[in-house]
This record gives sequence, structure tokens and C-alpha cells, in this order.
Amino acid sequence: MLQTTDLQFAYGKNVLLRFPDILLQQGEHWLLLGESGSGKTTMLHLLGGLLSPQQGKICIGDTDIAQLSASRLDRFRGQHIGIVFQKSHFIRSLTVAENLLLAQKLAHAPLDRARVASLLERLQLGHKMHSKPSQLSIGEQQRAAIARALINQPNLILADEPTSALDDHNSAAVATLLEEEAKAAGATLLVVTHDKRLKDRFPQQIQLAAL
Amino acid sequence: MNLLQLSWKNLVNKPLAMLLSLVLFGLGVGLISLLLLVNKQLEDKFEKNLAHINLVIGAKGSPLQLILASMYHIDSPTGNIAIDKVKAFLNPRHPFVKTAVPLSLGDSYRGFRIVGTTAAFFNLYAAKIAKGQTFTQVMEVVAGAGAAQELGLSVGTVFKSSHGFIVDDNLVHADAEGFKVVGILEPTGTVADQLLLTPAQSIWAVHEHGAAHSGVETEDHSIRPLTDFLDKNITSVLLQFKGRNVQTLNMQRSINENTDLQAATPALEISRLYSMMGIGADALRWIALVIMAVSGLSIFISLYSSLQDRKYELALMRTLGASPLKIFSLIVLEGQLLTVMGFAIGIVLSHTGMQWIAGAMKNQYRYAFSSWIWLPEEGILLAAALGIGLLAAILPAIQASRTDISTTLASE
Repeated sequence: MLQTTDLQFAYGKNVLLRFPDILLQQGEHWLLLGESGSGKTTMLHLLGGLLSPQQGKICIGDTDIAQLSASRLDRFRGQHIGIVFQKSHFIRSLTVAENLLLAQKLAHAPLDRARVASLLERLQLGHKMHSKPSQLSIGEQQRAAIARALINQPNLILADEPTSALDDHNSAAVATLLEEEAKAAGATLLVVTHDKRLKDRFPQQIQLAAL
Repeated sequence: MNLLQLSWKNLVNKPLAMLLSLVLFGLGVGLISLLLLVNKQLEDKFEKNLAHINLVIGAKGSPLQLILASMYHIDSPTGNIAIDKVKAFLNPRHPFVKTAVPLSLGDSYRGFRIVGTTAAFFNLYAAKIAKGQTFTQVMEVVAGAGAAQELGLSVGTVFKSSHGFIVDDNLVHADAEGFKVVGILEPTGTVADQLLLTPAQSIWAVHEHGAAHSGVETEDHSIRPLTDFLDKNITSVLLQFKGRNVQTLNMQRSINENTDLQAATPALEISRLYSMMGIGADALRWIALVIMAVSGLSIFISLYSSLQDRKYELALMRTLGASPLKIFSLIVLEGQLLTVMGFAIGIVLSHTGMQWIAGAMKNQYRYAFSSWIWLPEEGILLAAALGIGLLAAILPAIQASRTDISTTLASE
């Protein structure tokens, strides 16, 4: 479902990053591990279509996103990939529910308020639906970010250090949530982390070598 | 949750920054629009009231005052002139003069000016009788439409005039014969609307009522030609020429040089007045333009500085599927929203201001201005507002649309 071949990315002219070929089946949950500076985030951005590789293939389903035009890539990303970041960012002027609606809108999906409400309910954020993101606790913000990544029912969920800013309790809760929701949606999950707390939970792991 | 709603919510999220931009922009637009409104209406008034009058003859003094008092009825009248001195112009067989309208000014009724004249006055302003008839006897009055409405005059109303233009009971010609309204004019959009017109003889009758009481001038109320009263005084004569030629061109100079009368050309004096007012209007216009430019700058700065604040938001929108064009449009839309709202505020300000000015003008000069007319220039102003909004937003918008998502998100 997610397969990379001969993936390379160039930072400027001198630094060339080579990534190992990976193959993830639909519905599998993986961990991408590596020391700081090993290119974890770069690889996640490549997989998420936020960066373009210098060389190589990134196939998500039947689509090689390395070959997509900029506008097709924007659209593909919105519709098929959900990304959770280390620190959760929101549109501050919008409420939590509006942030999710905007995600539907930007992915050209029909606005589905019922789905927004039920998803937030399931992530125990029903009561915070009409609050501004700034009024949420860090744990709640991360749950809301996960809700946004899930709203368009993506095939691929990418999480960049989703637990590193959280305490043990919240970290475990977020990891469980990611696993459960990915499972419920049948989506492939790839978590990029150096958080040791997660290593025991995900048996399938990719290790990036230090440069 | 479309772009317009999003940009609106982004703006209200920073109410103070929005308020500053709106107030500045509204002030700039309001000032310019108010200037346009006042200018347009003043020019309209001056233009309409020119009434193809080529020359005004009166007593020596300020030519502008002569014009303002005799044609626009807003300044105090100049001194008197003897009919004997101007009888040549009043002669219907004068070779160059098409129309000569004598005016006798100086009295009023509750703030509205009474003008002693002849029936030729009506032709000057193409005024038609709406109700009643024209004056056929001394002491009969035909009221302009606006004056009649304001004073509540109807055919048959009798009133007493007062001396000068101030409303003061002590100045009323109490023991003189009353004026009787016999006709009311259709609205003309000219100064005639605000006047009370009567034969010139009425004015003399009021001022010589002592003589009338002593029985010298009895109950003869018929109107006679002015040239029958060579010893009487009037204020001025309005002249329309038959055509332009050397003699008419020389007439003004020869009157001014060879007689103790004064002749003034309306078009010349009014353009002199414009150029005097023009300095002030120009200064105001520049101030308004500077305010608009500053407000454009404030919109630019507030959009630009908000980018730094919002770069994660914008990168986030990109990861959610927004194209660079969409980000660009979002920022441009925010600029446009600000300027359109600022424009709306400015227009409301200017028209409310106009209403206030119109009220003041009406009390002071009996000139009617309308505050809720729309000028084509206001459309141009809207286009300019949109242009400024675009100009202020375009650099921030380009910057925003070029944001590198990956670098932005990785720099947290």
C-alpha cells in the first residue's frame, strides 16, 4: 500500500539523504525510528507529499506521488493522507469543529457536520467542539489533531513525534487512540518517533541509520 | 467554511488591528466622498443659477458680492442704484440686450428673501406657475416652491415683510400693507425655489408706507414699467445679451470706467470663487489621499506581520490540501474585506456628514442639498478602494503562497 523505491532527497547541493526501501501493507502499523538528524522528519514529509524527492518512487495505493503535479499533489494529500504533528497546530480563529470542517472543505470533501460531531464525541472532545483550540489542554489538542487527521478517512496516517510532548499517561492514551482509530478506518499507520515508550507497542519497525 | 468566512474569522480574531485599518480607511474614503458630494452639489447650484446671465449691473463695490447677492442670494446686497442710471438697459429696444431683469433686494419674510422684480424673472429660471397665477398687482407675491413649503404658504396667504435678512420682530414692517400670495412656482432646482417674488413697486410701497398713509400714493395697485419711476432705486439688473460681439464685450469695461455703476461677469466671478475655494478643497483632498495611503500601509503591515504569526496555520492548510493559490486568495480576500468594509463605513460617514451640512446650509443660506444621492465618482472610489486593498495584500499574499510547508513545519 505504501512503497518507496530508491528514495533520495537533496538538502542543498552537498547533503544527499538516501532512504531504505519500505513496504507497508494496507492496515499495518509501523514505527519509523532514528536518531535526531537521521532524516526521520524529512522522510515523513516525503511520504506525506510535503517535500518532493530528488529521485525515487513513493507509491501510495496505485499512485506514485513523486510524479504528481503540484496541484494534484495538494489534492491527493488532502484526500488520502492524514498527518499528525508533534505540536498540534490549528487555525486559531476557528473552533475545533470548524477546524475539522475546514479540513473537509480543503480536501474537496462534502461538509459532514454529523461526522465531525460523532468523531469528536468518540475522541471525548464533544464538549469542546465549539471551543477555540487555545482553550484546550495539550492532551486535548493532540486528540483534536488526530480527529482532524482522521476526518477525511485517509488511507494513510502519518504521525510525526505525536507523543514526545506528552506525559506518560497522555502518551499512552494518544498511542492507543492512533492504533484504534487507524484500525477502525482500516488505514495504514506510520509513526515517526524516537520516543522509547512506543517501541514496545509497535512490533513492525523501520530503523533509519544515522548519517 | 469557505474562504470568505475563514478570512472574516481571521480578521475578527484580531479586532483591534481590524478596527485601526477600518477607521483609517473609512476616514479617508469618507473625506473624499464628502468632498465630492459638496463639490458636485455646489457646482450644480452655481451652474444652474448662472441662467445664461451675461452681466450684472449694480452699485460700485465688490463684484463677487454683487454676483452672490444678485444671482445666488447668499451675500448682503450691494448699495442702491437709481433707475435713471440704468434706464437704457431696461429699454426693450436696446440693441444688444435680450433680457433685463431688475432686482430690488433687502427685505425678507422669516428668513426667506423677498425680491422685487418683473415677470421677466420667471423666464430666467424657466419657472412655471404651479398654483394660482403670476402677480398682476403691487403687493402680490409669487412664492418659490421651497419657500412656500417651508413657510407653509398657499395662495391667499397674507404676510408682512421685515427689513434685512434676520428674523427679528423689531424689524418687521408692521404698519405697512401686507403681501398677498397669489401664486406658487413649480420646483426648478434653482435659487428661484427659495425666493418670494413681487413687483419692484411693492418694495417701494413698503418702505414708503409713511407717504402712503399721508395719501400721496393712493390705492393705485397696478404695475407700471420701471422706467416710469426714474427717481426710485433698485439693487441691480441682470442682463442677457442677444449675442456676443465687440460692443457687449466692451460694455462691462465702459460701465466700470465711465459710470459710477459696476458691471460684473457671473462666469468670471464664479470661477474666481472656485479657485479661492479650490485651495482649501485641494488641501482636504490631499489629506484624504494621505489618510487612504496610510490606511493601505496599515493593512499591508497588519497582514504582513500576521504572516509570521500564522505561518504554521498556513502550512497546515497546505498539508490539508490547500493549493498555494488558495492561500494567496485567502490573504487577498482579507485585504479586500477590510477595504470594502472601510469603504462602506466611509460612505455612511460622508452621507451622514452631508446630511448635517445640508441642514446647516439650509438654515444659513436657504439652499437645499440632498445627502442621499449617489455619484458615479463613488463607484470609482470603490474601485480605488479595491485597488488599494489588492496592493496592500499582494505582497503578503505572494509571500504566504510561497511558504515552504516542510521547512515551516520542521522548524517547530
